[in-house]
Formats: sequence, C-alpha cells, structure tokens
Amino acid sequence: MDLIVTAVKFLFDSAVDVLPIAIFLFAFQRLVIGENPRNAAQIVVGFVFVVAGLGLFLLGLERTLFPLGRMMAEQLTDPGFLYESSRKAIADLAWHDYYWVYLFALAIGFATTLAEPALIAVSMKANTVSGGAIDFWGLRIAVAIGVGIGVGLGCYRIITGLPLHYFIAGGYFVVILQTVFAPRLIVPIAYDSGGVATSTVTVPLITALGLGLSEAVPGRSALLDGFGLVAFAALFAVISVLAYGQLAVLRERFSLSEPETRHSEKEKSHAL
Amino acid sequence: MKESLTALARDALGSLRDLMPIIIVISVFQILVFRQPAGSLLGMIGGAALVLAGLTFFIFGLRLALFPVGEGLAHALARKGSVFWLVIFAFMLGFGTTIAEPALIAIAAEAAEVAANADSIDAALESRKRYALGLRLTVALAVGVALVIGVLRIIGDWSLPVFIISGYGFVVLLTGLAPKEIVGVAYDSGGVTTSTVTVPLVTALGVGLASSLKGRNPLTDGFGLIAFASLTPIMFVLAYGILQQWT
Repeated sequence: MDLIVTAVKFLFDSAVDVLPIAIFLFAFQRLVIGENPRNAAQIVVGFVFVVAGLGLFLLGLERTLFPLGRMMAEQLTDPGFLYESSRKAIADLAWHDYYWVYLFALAIGFATTLAEPALIAVSMKANTVSGGAIDFWGLRIAVAIGVGIGVGLGCYRIITGLPLHYFIAGGYFVVILQTVFAPRLIVPIAYDSGGVATSTVTVPLITALGLGLSEAVPGRSALLDGFGLVAFAALFAVISVLAYGQLAVLRERFSLSEPETRHSEKEKSHAL
Repeated sequence: MKESLTALARDALGSLRDLMPIIIVISVFQILVFRQPAGSLLGMIGGAALVLAGLTFFIFGLRLALFPVGEGLAHALARKGSVFWLVIFAFMLGFGTTIAEPALIAIAAEAAEVAANADSIDAALESRKRYALGLRLTVALAVGVALVIGVLRIIGDWSLPVFIISGYGFVVLLTGLAPKEIVGVAYDSGGVTTSTVTVPLVTALGVGLASSLKGRNPLTDGFGLIAFASLTPIMFVLAYGILQQWT
C-alpha cells in the first residue's frame, strides 16, 4: 500500500517535470510551425512512456541504489572501518591507506555511468548519425572509464587536500592538447559527454561519497572540500572520450604500416 | 502491436545489461568488504525491478517521442528558414527546462544557505529566498543563452573548440574574481542543468538542424549544444556572485 502511494507520488512528480516541456513543444509546433506533427499519436504515447519510465526509474533508485550507495560511502569513510582495514589511527593514515575508497570510487563511477539514461540517449544518437562508426558501447565505456578515474582522483584530492583548481586547470590543459590531435569527428561528442555523464544516477552517489569523505578526513570541511567530484567526473569523461578517438586513429595508423591492410580514408572513421 | 512488444522486450534486455555493472559492484562490495546483507533481499530485488522497468520505458519513449519531436521541430524550423524563430525556440527550450529543474532548486536553496553563513547576504528568510531565485534565473538564462549560441554556431559553421576553450579560459579568470563560497556552487550548476529529458531533446535539435542545413555534418556540427549548456551556467553564476558582492 505504502509502495503504491509512493509510486503515484513519483509518477506525479515525473509528470510535473515533463508535461510543461511537452506542452511547450506542442504549442510551438501548432502556433509557429502551423501544423500538427504527422505522428501525433505516437508522440503522445511516447511521452506517456517517458513520464512513466522516469517516475519508476527514480522510485527504484530512491528505494535501493541511493540508500545503499550512501550507506556504503558512509561505511567506507567511517573511522572504525578505516582503522580496521589499516590498523592505524585516523590521524596517521597516509593517502594510500584509503584504498577501499579509491576502489569504490572507480567502480561506482564506472558502473553508474553505464546506467545513465542521458548517456544512453546520446550514444544511440551518435551511433546512428555516424553510421555505426562510433560504437554504442565503446563510447559509453570510454565515458564510464573517465568518470571512474575522475571520481577516484577527486577522492585523492579530498584526502590530500590539494587545491581543486590545480587539477581542473591541468585537466583543461590536457583537453586543449588532445583537441589539437584528436580526430575532428569525436571532439563535439567528447565535449558533450562531460555534461551528459554527470546526471540522474551518478551525481547523488558521488556527492554522497565526497561529503562522507570530507567529513571523515581530519582537517577537511564538507563545505569547502565536499564538492568538486562532479567537476572531476565531467572533466575526465571529456579526456577519456578524446583519448578513445585518438586510440582509434593510432590503431588505424599501426595497421596502415602493413601494406596488405591498407584502408581508405572513409574506412578510417569506422575504426572508432 | 506485436512489433512494439518485441521492441519493448529488446529494450528491457538492453536495460538489464546497462544495470548489470551496478548490481555487480554493489554485491561484490557488500560481500567482500562489509560481509553483511544490506536490508531485505526481497526489497532490493523489487527496487531493482522498478529501476529496470523505468529505464526500459524511458528508452522506449525516447525513441517514440523525444528524438522525433526534437528532430521534427529542427527540420520544420530549418524549412521555415527563420533564424528568429529558431533562436526563440532554442532560448525558450533552454530557459524553460532549466527553471523548473528540481536539482537546480535544491542547489540554489543550499547556495543561499552557504552565502548567508559566509555573511555575503542578509540571513533573513526573505533575502535568502531572493538570492536563491536570482540564482535559478541566472542559471536558466545561462542555459537559454547557451542553446542560442550553440544553434547560431551550427548555422554559422563556427568552430566549437574555439568557443569552448576560450569559454573555460574565461571561467578561470572569473574564478579568480568571484567570492570563494560561490565557486563550488558555480561548478556544480554546470552539471545539474543537463537533465535526462533535456539532453535527448537538445541532442536531437542539434543533429536535426545540422542534417537539414546544406554542407553541415550532423556528427561534427550537430553535437556540442550540451557542452555550451554545461559551460555558460558556470560563467553566469560566477558573474552573479561577483555582482552580488558589489550590491
């Protein structure tokens, strides 16, 4: 009974989120374009599925993944747990004594990114638009690896207390260099992937990890050190996707050196 | 009907694969590190089933509605040949989807709290509310402007890296000038604006526009709108913080 009430509430919230957008789109179509969309019935059904899907998705996350993830982030950064895994007092812990935290950061960053609906949508589009040249799973795994590394490194920053802007500025410098060398067709998708990767599933979990960690580590404040993990995740997603593009080109160049496997310029892009 | 059911089943299978990594990571950590079950197993399975069904329905609806609508409107606007209406549409889409974004409302309220604690603004409820609303309007305006610039970039065939890289250079500059307590909020606001419903619509808009204009490649010209939408909020919020200091 309780579940049904909550489910109705989540579906209602989801409708409140989506309906204004749907109404705006229909009004614009009607008033400015001056015609009804040809497949109006299909679109209405689609919007119903979007509302229902989003509502159930968030309800399920709120009941399982978010409390679990928050609890695990709390437990991993709990002084008692840290003592048990290293046999050292919290003040004597070196940065590498937090190995479970890094491992969890990497794994949860990677896994949640693969379930991010916005990233699934963008990868679907990139795959169709590129005629299959950009692989649906390849792109998502590249983004997920980037987010995992970003969250792991962000945890390292919180633990060591190094300034956020060193990492961010350094990361953007790498992005600039990569932009020069990476294949042109991957650059816009790589830039988009930063914003896309940090969405519904990822953000609540890594924010919980950042806050838990900044509260547990002596000398950190949740207010000043707790944020920044989202920025790390987004930045490393961009770097990782650019690297994915560069890797494809390198692989191609390597096989080009063998005369019998010469590819045309057009096939080159298929290596992605 | 049968066709859609097959499609739905295929989406469900895909969703299961998408969720598998999370299930594995959580289980492995529970078993290896904590050595204790977290809550009731039945409740967990029920929750996972909800997530699975939700993701499946969303992806299904995405193909039926969000993608066709975004692209259809982009094609129609390109056929109409009116840059004016395209710009209006882009702005309203960005502004409208952001102003009501729940994650943004939460972050704005939090930021007002932080600003009040740092004595940047009056601690009274009234002024905190005004600050939070100002922040929300700022971010929504930023996303609207981002989509307008992004759409004009596609029409004008301007270089994306030049915009994005100089944009982040500008962000670094503003970070130096802005009050400390706004910096974290500013960087976070870039991430919260790109919600699950907005991203597919905006992507479809860009790709649709690039594919209906002559000489544009949907791959290199159609993507990039999200990149603008996660850059401008950082800039605008930092500027908002700087302006708040002076008033």
